Amino acid sequence: MSTPVLELIDLRKSFGDLVVLHDVNLEVPEHTATVLIGASGSGKSTLLRCVNLLEPIDDGLILLDGQEISDPAIDVDLIRRKLGIVFQSFNLFPHMTIRQNITLAPIKVQGKSRDEADEIAEELLKRFDLLEKADEYPDRLSGGQQQRAAIIRSIAVNPRLLLLDEVTSALDPVLVNEVLSIVRDLKADGMTMVLATHEMGFATQVADQVCFLESGVILERGSAEQVLRQPEHPKTREFLKRVHEAGRL
Amino acid sequence: MVSNLSPWSPSAREIERQSFRRASHNRKRLIAVFSTIFVLGSLATVLITSPGWKSVKETFFDIEYGKEVFPTVIRGLVVNIQLTVIGGIAITIIALALALLRTTKSPALTPFRFIATAYVDIFRGAPLILIILLVGFGVPALRIQGLTSNVIVLGTVAVVLTYSAYVAEVIRSGILSVHASQRAAARSLGLTSNQAMRYVILPQAIRRVIPPLLNDFVSLLKDTGLVSILGVTDAVRAAQINASRTFNYTPYVVAAILFLLITIPLTRYIDRHIRLRSEQQNSEGVA
Repeated sequence: MSTPVLELIDLRKSFGDLVVLHDVNLEVPEHTATVLIGASGSGKSTLLRCVNLLEPIDDGLILLDGQEISDPAIDVDLIRRKLGIVFQSFNLFPHMTIRQNITLAPIKVQGKSRDEADEIAEELLKRFDLLEKADEYPDRLSGGQQQRAAIIRSIAVNPRLLLLDEVTSALDPVLVNEVLSIVRDLKADGMTMVLATHEMGFATQVADQVCFLESGVILERGSAEQVLRQPEHPKTREFLKRVHEAGRL
Repeated sequence: MVSNLSPWSPSAREIERQSFRRASHNRKRLIAVFSTIFVLGSLATVLITSPGWKSVKETFFDIEYGKEVFPTVIRGLVVNIQLTVIGGIAITIIALALALLRTTKSPALTPFRFIATAYVDIFRGAPLILIILLVGFGVPALRIQGLTSNVIVLGTVAVVLTYSAYVAEVIRSGILSVHASQRAAARSLGLTSNQAMRYVILPQAIRRVIPPLLNDFVSLLKDTGLVSILGVTDAVRAAQINASRTFNYTPYVVAAILFLLITIPLTRYIDRHIRLRSEQQNSEGVA
């Protein structure tokens, strides 16, 4: 078996006395999607932020294509070029048009010409049905359109690994699907990704592997079928029951 | 649009409500007019019937003398405006550098960050008039070869030193007001810390602080009048020369009116700018 794109070994993270990630071990092979489920505060977002080096870790190893990126001597900017992250709150740059949002990193980070970057942006905008909004500012778009733009912005630099942090949690239920369909397309393209989500139906469709987190520990891990349909751990069962009661399954 | 709705004609109750609102509106207007006439009329009466009014009118509001000194005062005002524009440019550049230095975390810049903080503390805390006196009389006293003793230059330097500290704090507050998630988004795209500042943080920060900055520049225009204490022939000094020659203070009133003619429209413009922006932001909040 080839080296996984992402590998976490005994990852530990705490905020003061509060341990939010406890000896987390995870392997994300190439072209697969790993879905993190669990209640708010279970450590899903923190895990993604640690992988993206937005949060320093307390112990353990983070390996990207076999290279240790948790090494403090590493060039963080260089690593982040290989990682895309999409946030729950979109975080588009409000003073730039959608096109400028998307082309900023290709131009400034990858050193592409404006024309090249424009071409990439237009191709992606066309594919994901946002081309007519290219020259609008983010606040003129619906939440779903903003989140689609944010996803396009992070894949425009061809990341090795895409991290999606509850990308539909801030959206109106009717807008959720237009965002999830992009994620489905990216999965079909073979993008390697790790996503935190509360959309269990969606998790079943895209996940090659599902991890259930509870208080910073991966309590259960396996295929979507296994974890979501026949959970072994009582806490997973209880969580899924509550999700089901909330009408999300 | 829904097109199959019958045309609307107000109900009897609505017509009643409208006429009540109209009557109430007219009553309020009448009260406002009477109140204004009464208050302003009383003030004018107190002023005009005061025992010294006749001499005040002659020494402060001599229209003929006002016309006579007007050209000299306005020539002085040109100096104030020049000082504001040139000083304003220098202030913007220095303040931006100070604000960036104070928000940087680069270890190599630690001594400069320390100096910037001390600078802001000193010049924001000391009265402008003292800085003008210290620079205006202190620098020439050093008698360093090549250093100017031109009072206009020294006065400008003093004003720039002080205002750079004010403006730096305004810009810095703007930088700090941009949410951390913007920085996270920029950094996670691979932008370096400097690139994130330049392309993402600073443009948003500057947009936010434009209204308070414009207010600072209105204050700057007024405070350029303080350099007159060094002997710079600005509007204030020109008025002073005339007033001390004739013991008639009308030139001061002329200078005050000229300043107001610039500052009032400017502040109105800024208020309008702020209002439009807050309306825009509110509509964004709804969308």
